[in-house]
Amino acid sequence: MSKLSIEVNADDHIQGNSTAECSLVEYGDYECPHCGTAYPIVKRVQKHFGKRLSFVFRNFPLTQIHPWAEPAAEVAEFAGVHGKFWEMHDLLFENQENLGETLFLNLADKLDLSTAQLQTAKASQTYRSRVRADFSGGARSGVNGTPTFFINGRRHNGPFDFDSLSEAIELALR
Amino acid sequence: MSNILSAGRPAPDFSVHVTPDQKLSLSELRGKPVILAFYPADWSPVCGDQMALYNEILPEFQKLGAVLVGVSVDGVWCHEAFAKDRHLQFPLAADFEPKGEIAKAYGAYRTVEGVCERALFVIDREGVIAWSYLSPVAINPGADGILEALENLPK
Repeated sequence: MSKLSIEVNADDHIQGNSTAECSLVEYGDYECPHCGTAYPIVKRVQKHFGKRLSFVFRNFPLTQIHPWAEPAAEVAEFAGVHGKFWEMHDLLFENQENLGETLFLNLADKLDLSTAQLQTAKASQTYRSRVRADFSGGARSGVNGTPTFFINGRRHNGPFDFDSLSEAIELALR
Repeated sequence: MSNILSAGRPAPDFSVHVTPDQKLSLSELRGKPVILAFYPADWSPVCGDQMALYNEILPEFQKLGAVLVGVSVDGVWCHEAFAKDRHLQFPLAADFEPKGEIAKAYGAYRTVEGVCERALFVIDREGVIAWSYLSPVAINPGADGILEALENLPK
């Protein structure tokens, strides 16, 4: 049974109550259409469980098949350093069809982030090591595609439609 | 489910086409850890299928000195098209004629469907199986077991 090799910690992007009874961790790729499908489902699941659930997003860009996945992950990490990780995470998924340099700059602008700083960060690959560390931890945890979910640290092997995910979380809460 | 060869057994040698005009023998790889990843078929309809995933993790395998070989009963031309489409950077062995011969030697053949199991083997530098794992066929096993087995090999 595959388990998270890196427990949820202070370096993570956590949404919701960090001391919740149940933790949901997603390893995802901003260019992966299945992650795009999962995006609104996760929102529904979060709403459904409220304070009983925390949600963490970690990067797992499949760079060989998704050329914009890694740059998009770096953009989200850049936004994260400026306190806007989740805003950027959401916008990237909402604009998944249009990933690219123009979109990245537009989104940074929209979130009042410095586009000059973003360009410097991307050119000097400031956030690359963070993204690679997420990936490496995911590989060691049994991430087997994107998205891969972990519920209380255990890999969720079932489908990720609302009913399947909520059922698995209910079980973990029992 | 099949009974796959377990740790401690010598890895059966094979010589197999990896491209239309190129063969690969397991014995050629002696001296390096080898990962054999048997899988049912090319062209699974998801991104991040097992081979695409291992392709991404390949640098981590290489850091540990290992060589990865994918094995299915698909023919060389099918493998070639699949590898090109997914940008795979490692060889795919065509266990095609006699069909499933390698998979059978490792106990990783599904007779009813006529395809390989989803089975993983880590073979040490001396050609002995160090770790093996049979996954339920519908579940992509990921790479955590492989990485752990490689990290546990004697240096």
